[in-house]
Amino acid sequence: MKIAVLSGKGGTGKTLVSVNLAAAAGKASYLDCDVEEPNGHLFFKPEGIETRQVKVPVPRVDKELCDGCRKCVDCCTFNALAHTGKELMILDRICHSCGGCVLVCPQKALSEEYRVIGRVERGLWQDVEVHTGILNTGEAISTPILEDLMNQVRGLDGIVIIDAPPGSACNVMESIKEADYLLLVAEPSIFGLHNLEMVHELAQVFDKPFGVVLNKVTEQFNPSEQYCLDKKLRILAKIPFDFELGEISSNGGIAYNESPRFRLLFGDLLKEVLDEAAANS
Amino acid sequence: MIIGLPVNANNLEEGISASYGRAPFYYIYDSQTKEGHFVDNKAAGDVGGVGVKSAQLIIDQKVEALITPRLGDQAAQVLEGAEIGLYKSQGTDIMENIEAVLASELEKLTEIHPGHHGN
Repeated sequence: MKIAVLSGKGGTGKTLVSVNLAAAAGKASYLDCDVEEPNGHLFFKPEGIETRQVKVPVPRVDKELCDGCRKCVDCCTFNALAHTGKELMILDRICHSCGGCVLVCPQKALSEEYRVIGRVERGLWQDVEVHTGILNTGEAISTPILEDLMNQVRGLDGIVIIDAPPGSACNVMESIKEADYLLLVAEPSIFGLHNLEMVHELAQVFDKPFGVVLNKVTEQFNPSEQYCLDKKLRILAKIPFDFELGEISSNGGIAYNESPRFRLLFGDLLKEVLDEAAANS
Repeated sequence: MIIGLPVNANNLEEGISASYGRAPFYYIYDSQTKEGHFVDNKAAGDVGGVGVKSAQLIIDQKVEALITPRLGDQAAQVLEGAEIGLYKSQGTDIMENIEAVLASELEKLTEIHPGHHGN
């Protein structure tokens, strides 16, 4: 069973929910797909780390062969090539590795070279396999790292928790495409509601079963809860805006392990999620 | 010297654009003939690599000095590769900035921002 946790807005509680669900499962795999700033490992502190580099092909030019025809520049949808009049410039970080420029070059002046953009680390915390995608600082395109993580997901059995990146763009889509069930985490604010609407739409586009977790819940009016009621979305849990929870998380602790209250809450949530996912599969 | 500037409209009144890559037009001025013309920025609506594509446009216009309020790193890399002088605009008046660069009164653009490229 593969469960992806997403939220649109950053800082809503994806990692809190994902880490605690994996801890509640006991034996599980946790994949941190927030590759620009992965932080699940701060809670798990996994041991026995194995590292795999992630590489992408980028074009390299043979200046002797290039006659400046600029067919490659015109071909590139991503504007990753420019010709200064003297030489061809290749902007590696915006290249999407499509290989189009190499195909169109009449002089065969372009070839591909592999470039490291990040890595995937795999380690263990108790019986939880912790996979962490890490994009190197300064890199702009994260999907190749997510593709690497998704290749791992296909081979994993048992409970898999996918901690998606924030937003609702390509990187999120890549992270949720293998999931059987989506958990949408939402904050009680207008901004939080806007982002809940975005990931709700995404869940519908992907036609995947989903449920909502309301986080940072107070006594005050909750626009995200109202949205769920209006749209008849299933609310699986309400996590309170709570001092103890904040304190445990700030210290890098896992609430499921440190607080009986939250052990109950996340244990129940896992059961709900698994029941819902099984009912919809 | 051929001078280029990102501008808000295809007239001299509406001034220098706050954005380099997504400016709707560039003004290209030749100080020898004292004539200028506006070029449509075809890159302005692209999703990504806007700075690089508009740098290509500036290069193709044979620009030797670019006056702009700001510039991203990818565009700067291409423009510097083409040995185009980069100058920081003062205020938004187009002709005042052209006169200032010709009088060597504009400072070189040193602050290059990390760009807007991403997912």
